[in-house]
Amino acid sequence: MYVSSIRSADPARPASRSKHAVQGTVIGLGVVSLITDLSAEMVTAVLPLYLVYGLGVGFLQLGAIDGLYTGATALLRLAGGYFADRLGRPKAVALVGYGLSAATKLAFPAAGSSLGAIGLVIGADRAGKGIRTAPRDAMITLATPADGLGRAFGVHRAMDTAGALLGPLAAFGLLTVLVGDYPAVFGVSFCFAVIAVIVLAVFVRAPAGAVERSRVRLRAGFALLREPGLRGTCLAAALLGVCTVGDMFLFVGVQRSAGLPPGALPLLPLATALTFMALASPIGRLADRLGQWKVFLAGHVVLLAAYVVLAASATGWLVAVVVLAAHGVFYACTDGVLMAHAAPHVPESLRATGLAFVQTGQALARAAGAVLFGVLAAGMALGPAFAVFAVALLVSVLAGSRMA
Amino acid sequence: MRRIWAGVAALVVTVVAGAVFVGLRTGDAVAEQRLDLAHGGLLYVDESGRVRQDERVGPSCQRVDVAAGTLACLRATAVPDQAELVVTKPGAEPRQISEWGTPSRVRVSPSGRLVGWTVFRAGDSYLGGVGTFSTTAGIYDLDTGNHYGSLEDFALTVDGKPYPAKDLNYWGVTFARDDLTFYATARSAGGTWLVRGDLRGRTLTTVRQNVECPSLSPDGTRVAYKFRDGDRWRLHVLSLVDGRDVPLADPAHLDDQAQWLDDKTVAYGRDKAIYSVPADGTGAPTLLRANASSPAVVR
Repeated sequence: MYVSSIRSADPARPASRSKHAVQGTVIGLGVVSLITDLSAEMVTAVLPLYLVYGLGVGFLQLGAIDGLYTGATALLRLAGGYFADRLGRPKAVALVGYGLSAATKLAFPAAGSSLGAIGLVIGADRAGKGIRTAPRDAMITLATPADGLGRAFGVHRAMDTAGALLGPLAAFGLLTVLVGDYPAVFGVSFCFAVIAVIVLAVFVRAPAGAVERSRVRLRAGFALLREPGLRGTCLAAALLGVCTVGDMFLFVGVQRSAGLPPGALPLLPLATALTFMALASPIGRLADRLGQWKVFLAGHVVLLAAYVVLAASATGWLVAVVVLAAHGVFYACTDGVLMAHAAPHVPESLRATGLAFVQTGQALARAAGAVLFGVLAAGMALGPAFAVFAVALLVSVLAGSRMA
Repeated sequence: MRRIWAGVAALVVTVVAGAVFVGLRTGDAVAEQRLDLAHGGLLYVDESGRVRQDERVGPSCQRVDVAAGTLACLRATAVPDQAELVVTKPGAEPRQISEWGTPSRVRVSPSGRLVGWTVFRAGDSYLGGVGTFSTTAGIYDLDTGNHYGSLEDFALTVDGKPYPAKDLNYWGVTFARDDLTFYATARSAGGTWLVRGDLRGRTLTTVRQNVECPSLSPDGTRVAYKFRDGDRWRLHVLSLVDGRDVPLADPAHLDDQAQWLDDKTVAYGRDKAIYSVPADGTGAPTLLRANASSPAVVR
């Protein structure tokens, strides 16, 4: 494992900051995210099987649980950001989040077949994710010079995605070797989660200097939104988010347009993820050169092109290639790039809070967009619904180019 | 420096603990034995996910069914979200059919010629939000090699009118003796129906509302099914001859496709055990086998 920890003489400006190297802290956080996502996706992948065959619970009854947490996660994301700034210890708050999620891996077998208990465990896992996201991203920004943010986030997101892709493979491989042994999957997932927590606690250095224990008040957090740069970013990201179709709808649209066999559907998210993983770092670098906001908007233009292709109901497997590639490019242009763009607009003492605002606004807007699209697609058809969203996205991109 | 060493030690301990934990759980895998598919007896899936027949241990499956010597086994594979159906017929090579999704139901027709299966398909979230789950049911003809890919490709008639909805889901196939007629559940816009299917014309016709996971009696006159009341299911038996419908004597919530032991008794899985109950609504449930699921009967 590559771990670099460079202490600098000048805490405010670590000497090792160069244009050519991603900081050790960022690589370290990437490793933590990779292992954590591997651990989390192991559980996610086997959960339906576990519920139906491990516990004898109909997993339809659990469908209701999923919707409950979107709002709660959003609030915890803000809380995680706020406490990271308030205590001046983003790493400690991130550790709490990672630790909480690690503990839930052991709680699954303990929850037995009580639906309420399983719901609580899933909720706690989500809570951990909500708490850690903003402090972690704040650490990335604090460890990286402003002109290298795009690339740093790109590297982190690529590692994160690699873990998410490996998780299901690990889980199903294990289940095949140890027939139907779900506790083994939870146990191994727990071990991975613990390894990630140890790596974070011991080998990832909290960014030097920048964060002093500030007397952050909630008011100061909300006052951030009075800062035009950040407010514009939040609003524009949310506006663009509302105009995005949920991922699953896009995959279904691709499958139908391209006339792929239904068996191909679970492979489509993999294509998006692989594209995202491959391009996150180079596009991040590009964003550092051209400007983050430009690349962020360009990503939405690429997505818009994908919607147009789907709205035109073009057929053939080439459609699938084009749309999925566009979808991966969209993620590479937006996911970490938005954080890279927002960071300089937020004073370092409020970094985690500011990033949490942007993330939460975007996440809630995207969730709303998916719901809106669902309603629209039920009322008309998939093709016309994509056309409507393409138009809305175009208007939002034009509006977004005047904001932030 | 000391902290680094402590961290390295903690990592080593975690990795070793994980390896030991997994190691302890391997090694007691029993080799697959031949099952007796010619003589009577109950087949089921035990708690370790293996098919069992008395003392014999068969293949690993999530769901199993058997008829006229044909064994159908539906299971998850090493590939995420990929299910496979393995069909073994006496004197023939085993056939494998891949379907993506989570194994849900499997049935063999009384003659052993047709196999029907159902898989769950969830969205990309933890469990797919409310209503985002879907099911896919298909049928395979062992004699002709015809693969009736998905019942969604069949023409559905609801109350005498063609019904071209996009949101259809089908599950729980059960076969009649003629190897042409089958029954299943259709769901669209929040309603469920019992549908009768015809393999020749690839048509489906609704028979009755609120009938899920039908299972046709050996004499072909009745279906045992799950009757939905709110978010609970109870086993009922519906006469296809005169439409008489009786709730069976187990009021507990259950989620299974019942299996007829004979023309008078149905077996089903509930709470990690297999029970049987008379098919006329009298009597009481009897525990057939604890820590077991997916009952099947060698006939």
